[in-house]
Amino acid sequence: MSEVQTPAPFKTSRTPDAAPRPTKVLTRDVKVVYGQKQALHGVSIDIPEKSVTAFIGPSGCGKSTFLRCINRMNDTIVGARVDGTIELDGVSIWEPSLDVVELRARVGMVFQKPNPFPKSIFENVAYGPRIHGLARSKADLEEIVITSLQKASLYNEVKDRLDEPGTGLSGGQQQRLCIARAIAVSPEVILMDEPCSALDPIATAKVEELIDELRANYTIVIVTHSMQQAARVSQRTAFFHLGHLIEEGPTDHIFTNPLEQRTQDYITGRFG
Amino acid sequence: MGPLTLIALIAGLSLFGFFLGRWKSIAMAGSGAPLHSRPNHYGSFVLVWTAVPALVVLTLLVIARPLILDQTIRSHLPSDIVTSGDVSLAISGVEQVADGLKAVTPDEYENIHLGVVSARRIFADHGIPLGGDVSPYQLTAAIAANDTERLITLTTTTAVVGALALGLFLAFIRIKPRLRARNSVERVVLTLLIAASTVAILTTVGIVLSLLFQALQFFSMVSPINFYFGTVWDPRFAAAGSSESGQFGILPLAWGTAYISLFALLVAVPIGLLSAIYMAEYASPKVRAISKPTLEILAGIPTIVYGFFALVTVGPMIRDYLALPLGLGNSGNNVVTAGVVMGIMIIPYVSSLSDDIITAVPRAMREGSLGLGATRSETIKRVVLPAALPGIVGAILLAASRAIGETMIVVLAAGVAANLSANPFAEMTTITVKIVNQLTGDLEFTSPQTLVAFALGITLFVITLGLNVIALTIVRKYREQYE
Repeated sequence: MSEVQTPAPFKTSRTPDAAPRPTKVLTRDVKVVYGQKQALHGVSIDIPEKSVTAFIGPSGCGKSTFLRCINRMNDTIVGARVDGTIELDGVSIWEPSLDVVELRARVGMVFQKPNPFPKSIFENVAYGPRIHGLARSKADLEEIVITSLQKASLYNEVKDRLDEPGTGLSGGQQQRLCIARAIAVSPEVILMDEPCSALDPIATAKVEELIDELRANYTIVIVTHSMQQAARVSQRTAFFHLGHLIEEGPTDHIFTNPLEQRTQDYITGRFG
Repeated sequence: MGPLTLIALIAGLSLFGFFLGRWKSIAMAGSGAPLHSRPNHYGSFVLVWTAVPALVVLTLLVIARPLILDQTIRSHLPSDIVTSGDVSLAISGVEQVADGLKAVTPDEYENIHLGVVSARRIFADHGIPLGGDVSPYQLTAAIAANDTERLITLTTTTAVVGALALGLFLAFIRIKPRLRARNSVERVVLTLLIAASTVAILTTVGIVLSLLFQALQFFSMVSPINFYFGTVWDPRFAAAGSSESGQFGILPLAWGTAYISLFALLVAVPIGLLSAIYMAEYASPKVRAISKPTLEILAGIPTIVYGFFALVTVGPMIRDYLALPLGLGNSGNNVVTAGVVMGIMIIPYVSSLSDDIITAVPRAMREGSLGLGATRSETIKRVVLPAALPGIVGAILLAASRAIGETMIVVLAAGVAANLSANPFAEMTTITVKIVNQLTGDLEFTSPQTLVAFALGITLFVITLGLNVIALTIVRKYREQYE
């Protein structure tokens, strides 16, 4: 790849937490190349467990690309190449003993546009547990589905129509269905790629509330374009720009007292 | 001026009108008045009003012309010919003379008129042979016809040019900034679109009606019960005039059609579907770019070539290695041969359409499944294929109607013997083959032996129509559920 220049030495500004949590996902110098284009120039970050980490930055800054590295979703894109170190609980995600299928079961993903399968609400949630053989009996499966729907605060709205197609729900309900679907596989980490960008403010509020509840049990990484959303739901925030991680730190710190001028400019709306 | 010159004139003037109308509207817009429509709409407005009335006038007069001529000649025929009934023969005789008169020189014309020379000889000199000598009534009628024709030509030219000029002028002075030109132009375009789609529908209706008429005639000779429930096909080409009618049971043919199509689908569906899955989900873009068009070549091979292939290669092979060892038959013409070769022919219908449909399943579906830790094959089996199913069913039914309508391969691969048997190595034939059979040769369209072809045709039409309706219903039902 002659097109890829060695990046100029770049230093991310970091502010640690006052009371640091154990690291769930560790990345060091992650670089991504799509064909001829370098999308990420070496990103290193520690994502603490059982908390919400938000990735912010202008469009095309590489935050979604980085998110998709964590569960190796970039493998499905022809011509994408990922370098660097990514560890889940201290084990490299490229470790031969850790199959990509297992990795994705442990690191779930919620996408930008709600993408329920063209199946019933029940089947949508039961999909993951079925393929992973998590349920021993029909009753088991039903319990998993109901618990997942409850955790996604969707159960009360759909309990009478579990046999109806998931595609018939409203946008906000569909997105919570996708979250329930992800939870049903009992992942440790949930990656959310702009989960609210296709939703109205009421549905967004519900999903944000849900993210806040899920934080007790799951490590959540969320990519968002809404600064308010990052401020509302996350404990730590990372600011990406042009494929670099510019700054990361506690959310209130980033939003009130950023170390970098570029972070300041972005969150006050001067560019991006 | 002839009709072609007039059409050229209409085209030229209306194009001129278009630029004129556009120019005027732009000039008006330049003087500050806001336009209701775009300049091109004003141009089209003038174009339409110039061309359409002139075209209508031209069409009407072109249609009226032969009728008027016919009437003129008729009025000059002597009464004994009119009563004898050979009117059309007499009219064409007069028309020939009229053509001849147009070809001769003025001097010769004068001589013919005076009766100095025989018209027949002069005409022969100009390359117009006549059956007999020209009788006086023919001459007067021909002269009258030629006069009328000149008059009509003149009228047509005048009327078309008048319509053109008037249309152009009126449309041009009607152009004002507030004229709703777009609305009226769009109405004309809409009419055009409706007319175009009506042609297709009317053609279908026409085909059905022509089939239906002949089929009903057949059913007045052979009862529908004997036709639809008869198990013997033996039309017996009896000598003309013989009252013997034979037996017309459709069941052996319908069975042959269904049996051969079944084998064709047994070959085409698995191969087509699996190759579609490979091309859509696993093949690299490079492989796909080569293999897909290559597979589609199969659809471009003429069916008669498949027929050779069946006759020379597949048929003998199946006879020698399957039929004879199993003791089920000794003919190279059999159902399996026809089914296999036809199946190969329809593979691209299944694979190419299914491939498009599978590729059209949104990426978000695949990512959703992979993101939950599903493997690639689980994703294909549980998410992609169910989502693509309605389209795949549609593709299979399309391939099935193609197989049912196939004739050439069957003739060469399965023979022409109508046979009601479960043995796949027996000779058998299909509805379409028998239609061809019944309609080949020297025929009169009054005997059941030929009319049965129409009854077979309409039955086949109903079957394939039914298949298409089922396919569309399935596709629509699942689409409602899935999107």
